[in-house]
Amino acid sequence: MDLGIAFGRVAFVMLFVLNVGGLLTWVERKQSAIMQDRIGANRASIFGLRLMGLFHPLADAIKMLTKEDFRPARADRFLFTLAPFVSVFFALAAFASIPFGDTLHLAGREIPLQAITLNVGILYVFAMLSLGVYGVMMAGWSSANNFALLGGQRAAALMISAEIAIGASIMGVIMVYGSLNMQDIVRGQGEPLLPRVFGAWIPAWGILTQPLAFLLFLTAGIAATKRIPFDMPEGESEIIGYFIEYSGMKFGMFAMADFLESVVIAGMTTALFLGGWQVPYLTAGGFQFPWGWTLGLPHLLVVLLQVSAFVLKVSAMIFVLMLIRWTLPRFRYDQAMRLGWLGLFPLSIANIVVTGLILLVGRS
Amino acid sequence: MALAAFLLIAAVALVSALGLILKRNAVHGALFLVVNLGSIAALYLMLGAEFLAAAQVIIYAGAIMVLFVFAIMVLIPGKEETGPDPRRSYRLLAAPLGALLLFELAVALAARRGAPGAATAPAGSVEAIGRLLFTDFLFPFELTSVLLLAAMVGVLLLARRRA
Repeated sequence: MDLGIAFGRVAFVMLFVLNVGGLLTWVERKQSAIMQDRIGANRASIFGLRLMGLFHPLADAIKMLTKEDFRPARADRFLFTLAPFVSVFFALAAFASIPFGDTLHLAGREIPLQAITLNVGILYVFAMLSLGVYGVMMAGWSSANNFALLGGQRAAALMISAEIAIGASIMGVIMVYGSLNMQDIVRGQGEPLLPRVFGAWIPAWGILTQPLAFLLFLTAGIAATKRIPFDMPEGESEIIGYFIEYSGMKFGMFAMADFLESVVIAGMTTALFLGGWQVPYLTAGGFQFPWGWTLGLPHLLVVLLQVSAFVLKVSAMIFVLMLIRWTLPRFRYDQAMRLGWLGLFPLSIANIVVTGLILLVGRS
Repeated sequence: MALAAFLLIAAVALVSALGLILKRNAVHGALFLVVNLGSIAALYLMLGAEFLAAAQVIIYAGAIMVLFVFAIMVLIPGKEETGPDPRRSYRLLAAPLGALLLFELAVALAARRGAPGAATAPAGSVEAIGRLLFTDFLFPFELTSVLLLAAMVGVLLLARRRA
């Protein structure tokens, strides 16, 4: 029974991330089409049913799986095959410690709505994101192609500079909520912000307590997904990139890893800065509005509302990421490096110092 | 259950350590080392030291080894281009030194046999490590940071002279 519950938690997270990641191929086409005043992909149909092009991800998958699986003659056979799997694995595993709801009480059991409960959950996500770079580097090296190697190295340099900025920017959040456990951080965001000034009106979401960290994290997070405007590891007009020798589903897996990482970044932004599964004024017993109204709700409905709020917030964040992806042009390689090391990193260090000072003053 | 997990992780750690030593291809060796560091992190996790496990993966597997693999991929040519090993004579030293290390380990283990399971669970938590770092081990901690700072300044100086 306990094993079944654990399996269910993991399965929920995995199916959520995989399906949203797959759906993103459709979102990417449709959202860009709307932004550019086009109609977008709408030709794939089953018995004349088109559903606004929703069958296109399916058609893509069939196409990729049936294409020739090509491998260069001088490629390192083992690493060449392993690389896309490594990329997808770490992108998938990263979501595991992001909580998608509060504790569910069901039939006398307490079920944490989180695939794995770790006291250092935030570091776990960070570690998985930082291991994802091996897939890209292995792909670049094992292809026996200099452009692929260049792409792999650009990717490694980009991801290291992005990770340092991510790590330094989440430090402020950890200091404010005093925990490395993501569930605790989300719970802390349900508390009222400055109750002596605002009463119970404004919840202490991370975006309000750490606005600078939010911007830094989002920028570094987009860089970590290697998507436009930070797609210099691919850079179609210059080097094509680390997957130049890949075809078929192995190529598709690299694209999928980028989408999955977008979902992880959206999930992490939601959990750290947008209150996670918190619904404003919703407590465990129901709604408690600051103007005095209360509305009791059964436990299951509260949990359902919270999980829906999490899914909604993640979707909204993905929408924002897509907006940025289709708005900005690609940075030049040196510009991205300068932004990472001379912009994001010093600013996040400054954010840590300022946060520490404010916390110190606030406590005394 | 725990024993099976331990045996599995230990086997992975041993095989990857052997792979690191025996593989002639430097990139393969470095990747084996990454696997090894990861399995050691898994052992930390089994001992309840979650923070140590995360730090091991982030710092060693995720940062230092990325730089290693990066450097090897750029600087060390492929298999067919390497000639005979120029430091073959050093290998003669490796065997006696390795035997010495094995002997030391055996002595250290034999001395500790009286107190098995001395590692208590909370020793690896963030709070415990933070407290130790800023109380008992404050001096070494600060010394390490000075060392890192010196290394950083040195790197900046070298990089600047080149440009």
